[in-house]
Amino acid sequence: MDNYGLWYQFHFYLFGFIALISAVTFVTRRSPVAAVMWLVVTMFCLAALYVMLDAQFIGAMQVLVYAGAIMVVFLFVIMLLNLGEPSEFADARGLWAKLLAAVVGIALIGEIALVTRTGVPSGQYTVPRTFVTDQVARYGAVGAVARPLYTDYSLAFELTSILLLVAIAGAVMLGRRGEPDAR
Amino acid sequence: MLAESLALSAALFAIGVIGVLTRRNAIIVFMCIELMLNAVNLSFVALSRQYGMGGQVMVIFVMTVAAAEAAVGLAIIISVFRHGQTVDLRNINLLKG
Repeated sequence: MDNYGLWYQFHFYLFGFIALISAVTFVTRRSPVAAVMWLVVTMFCLAALYVMLDAQFIGAMQVLVYAGAIMVVFLFVIMLLNLGEPSEFADARGLWAKLLAAVVGIALIGEIALVTRTGVPSGQYTVPRTFVTDQVARYGAVGAVARPLYTDYSLAFELTSILLLVAIAGAVMLGRRGEPDAR
Repeated sequence: MLAESLALSAALFAIGVIGVLTRRNAIIVFMCIELMLNAVNLSFVALSRQYGMGGQVMVIFVMTVAAAEAAVGLAIIISVFRHGQTVDLRNINLLKG
């Protein structure tokens, strides 16, 4: 396909492999704190993959927002509710849930096989191969994302602010300790 | 690298689905949803190389939604924990009838 160097390919597979292994470890951990830590490893590997896929700003956002903010909030809640002990509810569900999960997993893996065999169709909306690197070289890693964000997608961007406002209000309402008449 | 990225994305998504279906701890289930969102982000970034910058913009939106979802969902988990002193999904069955 493309002419990527061996060094690039090696690191791509390396980070992808670490991401897969740590995701599996994350799902199977008994302790919630250990699960959070393994998920952070997955997210760091995904950030490295984003940088290798010419999305440097997205990689930085991945580290800052996901690994830095969201996962810390998860850890905070786990420690606030004192859920760190692994023994109590780390068990998997019953047989039917496991069978359902196995079926879904096998279906998705079959989908992977289908995608890798047929490849991605290159339709009429395909951009030239160096498009993203050209954009980044021209406008910078932030500008290349920011220009379409504030022009083509400006309505969606504004609506996102409403979503965040609703989320803040909802989190405050749900999180406060209840005097029912004060609501 | 596009096919490899999409395969990795699908594998991570499958791991997330399996976690949602098999785990009992509500917080772990919630983190599996975050893992699925991350898998979709990887697809967006990989496809944005072929279809233009829109994919990376979508990743920004997905991250925003994930942050909002984490805030509201964790607030729900906290209030459920206050109600029943547990986050075990076996014990959260008020709607079961």
